[in-house]
Amino acid sequence: MSKLGRVANAIDDKTVDPEPVEKATGVEKEAVYTHVSGLSGEDVAKALGALLSQAADELRRNATTIFLSLVSLTLGLLVWHLATSYKVDFYINFQNVPSPAKVFSAFWTHLGDTEFYIHIGVSMQRILTGYITAAVIGIAAGVFMGRSKLVRSLIYPYIEVLRPIPAVAWIPLAILMWPTEEASIIYITLLGALFPIVLNTLHGVEQTPEVLVRAAKSLGASQLQIFWHVILPSALPSIAAGLAIGMGVSWFSLLAGEIISGQYGIGYFTWDAYSLINYPDIVVGMLVIGGLGTLSTYAVKLAMKPLLAWQKRAR
Amino acid sequence: MNTQVVSLKEHIPHRAHASKKDFGHIVIEDVEIVFGKGATSSQAVKKTSLEIKPGEFVCILGPSGCGKSTLLNSIAGYVTPSSGSVRVDEKAVSEPGPDRGMVFQQYSLFPWKTILDNIAFGPKVAGRTNVECSSIANTFLEMVGLSKFAHKYPAELSGGMQQRVGIARALANYPSVLLMDEPFGALDAQTRLMMQENLLSLWSEFGITVVFVTHDVDEAIFLADRVLIMSASPGSIIDDLHIPLPRPRDPAMATGSEFMALKKVCLEQIRAESLRAFEQQNM
Ligand SMILES: Nc1ncnc2c1ncn2[C@@H]1O[C@H](COP(=O)(O)OP(=O)(O)O)[C@@H](O)[C@H]1O
Ligand SMILES: [Mg+2]
Repeated sequence: MSKLGRVANAIDDKTVDPEPVEKATGVEKEAVYTHVSGLSGEDVAKALGALLSQAADELRRNATTIFLSLVSLTLGLLVWHLATSYKVDFYINFQNVPSPAKVFSAFWTHLGDTEFYIHIGVSMQRILTGYITAAVIGIAAGVFMGRSKLVRSLIYPYIEVLRPIPAVAWIPLAILMWPTEEASIIYITLLGALFPIVLNTLHGVEQTPEVLVRAAKSLGASQLQIFWHVILPSALPSIAAGLAIGMGVSWFSLLAGEIISGQYGIGYFTWDAYSLINYPDIVVGMLVIGGLGTLSTYAVKLAMKPLLAWQKRAR
Repeated sequence: MNTQVVSLKEHIPHRAHASKKDFGHIVIEDVEIVFGKGATSSQAVKKTSLEIKPGEFVCILGPSGCGKSTLLNSIAGYVTPSSGSVRVDEKAVSEPGPDRGMVFQQYSLFPWKTILDNIAFGPKVAGRTNVECSSIANTFLEMVGLSKFAHKYPAELSGGMQQRVGIARALANYPSVLLMDEPFGALDAQTRLMMQENLLSLWSEFGITVVFVTHDVDEAIFLADRVLIMSASPGSIIDDLHIPLPRPRDPAMATGSEFMALKKVCLEQIRAESLRAFEQQNM
């Protein structure tokens, strides 16, 4: 349970004690109402105390894990540092690999450099355009396929044929097909995100328990209301998973596109550093790509969280 | 229980001045239900005719697999009979609708909606305002004695509570018929007894027609005005047993001689049919 959940429970304890299973009703109603007398300062203090001891608890419980992770990471950095400063060349060649210090100082310099932000901005824009388009098309296609045999038999063959082709393999054809390089890169990004989103949506829609659809029908819901109140929420956990996976694949595809064509973007930045023999920037680019990928996947999960709150309560 | 139901009439404006005799008249005429086509088709319900009067509490009793759910589903509108007609209040049934509330054996509450929103679903899709919806939902929630759980999610409630919410949700549409398909089948014996009494008090308050499917003889006799006994598959109604036990029913009646005699009649027919069903399945 989350910290907030515990705190909420500390407050709950005071207001509603959930009825032990199946008591005769009506009798204990009185008892409950006398309990609900507003929150006193004491309750708030109790809740805060619970939160603090919770945090401390968690830190203590995870202290060893955190400590070991830090030690391991520090060791890794040290190995990297030593390998580069002694220019180790033992099958893997460290002679041209920049040291951690050089990478850090290159990163530090770029922080004050407008062009660096333009690269990042351009990549983000491509991701947003491609990914959002993929999400809209993917969810719509998945839902229609899940609810209509006709639509499914029309669209599914394309998925079967196209899915095994990695988005990266599309690059040459995309450049030939689309009017601008920008459009072709966005197309690649879109394509990467599309399949995980379509397939997960389809799966989620198909998993909708038929009894819920029946219940909604007998309660008078129209097709549209059934879609909105039953099918979509029921498929949502699966859609959310598809969206998170799609975000990762869409970064992957974007970078491939940017490395091969384009004049801006963090992928281009990384590849350009190689061409210009500016080796520390290669690693800066790599780390930024990793960071942005993680952040955007996290953002997707965060955005879906309120919509999936009901799942938490189920346990 | 009764104390919670007293104010009900005020909340049901269109029923307050309607006599019980006006709603929930079910007529099943020469209904036959066949699943599948051609060589693989199988008959689930043999040609059946049946009338259920407004306000009646009717139990359909039969061995499992005999076609009870199928027959009930034809009244609900989920299954279209291969021949014959089903009419509710003179209107031919062609699809599910809010005039026929449905309670399922499996838990069928929407897990992503709170208890209150589950009950408010019917009024909401009917286009009522939010204020009306929540006032209706609160009324029915109080009726089934679960007001405290208004803002909980279904998974936080016990099985019995979830079924009470399911009943409240169906009633919130003010249906003229309540169709129940082994609604208490998954509950423990203790809870089931309580739910049965609970249901009877709601029914007497509402004057609603109830068609209740079960394979439990005691349950059928305890609840019903009439018990319809179904034959093994393909199902047909082989007996229409009037239950003259006085109301309100009391669990203590279950040990009385009149109850026992009725039970004996049911059990004999059910046993014969179960045996036939068993032999059919093992052929
Ligand atoms: N949708 C369906 N398609 C094909 N056969 C069905 C379908 N629904 C039920 N049946 C068959 O009809 C018969 C009666 O089923 P059902 O009405 O569910 O029985 P009961 O509710 O009495 O246990 C069974 O043999 C079952 O396999
Ligand atoms: Mg059944």
